[in-house]
Amino acid sequence: MTYPSQLQYSRDHEWLSTDDTHGTVGITSFAAASLGDIVYVDLPAIGTIVTAGSPCGEIESTKSVSDLISPASGEVTAINDTVVSDPALINSSPYEDGWLFQLRLDDAPELMDADQYTLFANGTP
Amino acid sequence: MPPADSQEPRRTALAGVHQSLGAHMTDFAGWYMPLRYDSELAEHHAVRTVAGLFDLSHMGEIEIVGTQAAEYLDYALVGSYGAMAPLAAKYTMICQDDGGILDDLIVYRLRADHFLVVANAGNRETVFTALRQRSAGWDDISILDNSDLWSLIAVQGPLALAILNEMADSPLDSLKHYSIAQRSIAGFPVLAARTGYTGEDGFELFCSPADAAQLWTTILEKGKPEGLVPAGLACRDSLRLEAGMPLYGNELSLDLTPFEAGLGRVVALDKSRDSVGGDALRERSQDDVSRVRVGLELEGKRSARTGYAVLTPSGTSVGQVTSGALSPTLGVAVAMAYVDRESASVGTPLLVDVRGVLVPARIVPLPFYKRTNRGAS
Repeated sequence: MTYPSQLQYSRDHEWLSTDDTHGTVGITSFAAASLGDIVYVDLPAIGTIVTAGSPCGEIESTKSVSDLISPASGEVTAINDTVVSDPALINSSPYEDGWLFQLRLDDAPELMDADQYTLFANGTP
Repeated sequence: MPPADSQEPRRTALAGVHQSLGAHMTDFAGWYMPLRYDSELAEHHAVRTVAGLFDLSHMGEIEIVGTQAAEYLDYALVGSYGAMAPLAAKYTMICQDDGGILDDLIVYRLRADHFLVVANAGNRETVFTALRQRSAGWDDISILDNSDLWSLIAVQGPLALAILNEMADSPLDSLKHYSIAQRSIAGFPVLAARTGYTGEDGFELFCSPADAAQLWTTILEKGKPEGLVPAGLACRDSLRLEAGMPLYGNELSLDLTPFEAGLGRVVALDKSRDSVGGDALRERSQDDVSRVRVGLELEGKRSARTGYAVLTPSGTSVGQVTSGALSPTLGVAVAMAYVDRESASVGTPLLVDVRGVLVPARIVPLPFYKRTNRGAS
């Protein structure tokens, strides 16, 4: 599996794309493949203050429930309503149509680059 | 006994085939099994609309042979087997003395003096040991764990019949629901049973492990143009849930009798002879059970999962969820649960504690899904 080089990655298998003060969050193709078909997603409401490393929502596949862990701290400014009504987009397009929410970043988070994440994901049992 | 996870999971004759198909594999009941090949939802829908191909070789096959085989099974299991015609099949159970369920089974009568008992993979040893012990004092009864001599491939779905007919030495139409017959499929000898665990018409093919990979590959190649797909255990679970079928370990356990499970019909109360658990089951059949298995439909798209509490609208706990999912076919969250009898009638409004959120639910009849094309019956 290859991971887009322009994104940053968390140990909880979320990705973050940033432009200065704002970020967009999703889950990686590795996470999506491990979870299986995603059937429900619960996203933080706009205006919620999220904290890096803390749960801010839920992702349910047919067999399991996982916390959505924010890869960065800040205030949620937008959520992807399309993915709420069609969670399968997370499987089919994890880095594009399957994005989850956007936030105004408190600070620049310390995350992995694609090469580091590739090694990390390959070592995850 | 060492803990199960200290051993490598066992591989079926098809393990290599699953890996070459890119399956996500999982350890299930000590077996290395395909969870899904690609999308478990796509596999689920394929079984409902076309057909799916399953490896069930992990199931236990125990054979009972002897002139008194039917009488022995009347003693050892909860049902009555003497009246089964040769080549008939029966869904049944094995219970312990107190009526607690050891496993649910399908019993096939291959000949007057030869039965095939199919047990869940996780209960294979338990069932075999119990059957052996219960045969003490029975002359001329052989009980053989032949699980390693059989592979089991299921083809399930509305097109299963048509797909297999193209490869069968003689049409399978004549095979009635819940019966078994010798056939040749793609040139390989099989015992073809019209049984399954998906709620669809379909077949379970018992074959030699030496033939399994080639039989599987041939069925997959012939069925692919029609839309048949390999299907894993993940969709098997959602399919059986929609069909209201219990899973041992979830809906069935040693702490429950067939009556709590709503499956009292498997118990023959009028047996002419005594049987293991017979007294306890007769007694249990007399009184109203306090908890029963029910179907629940939840509001919203969140799944009720195993162990979640079921409450009355006023907040009194009345039961627990045993299986749940967002039904792929129906698009609603469904669950099976055990609830107090007073709260078990269809239409009763209840709540399910979904990780701290009380989600409204109501009791609905089982099964959640019933196929419209009945096939042969």
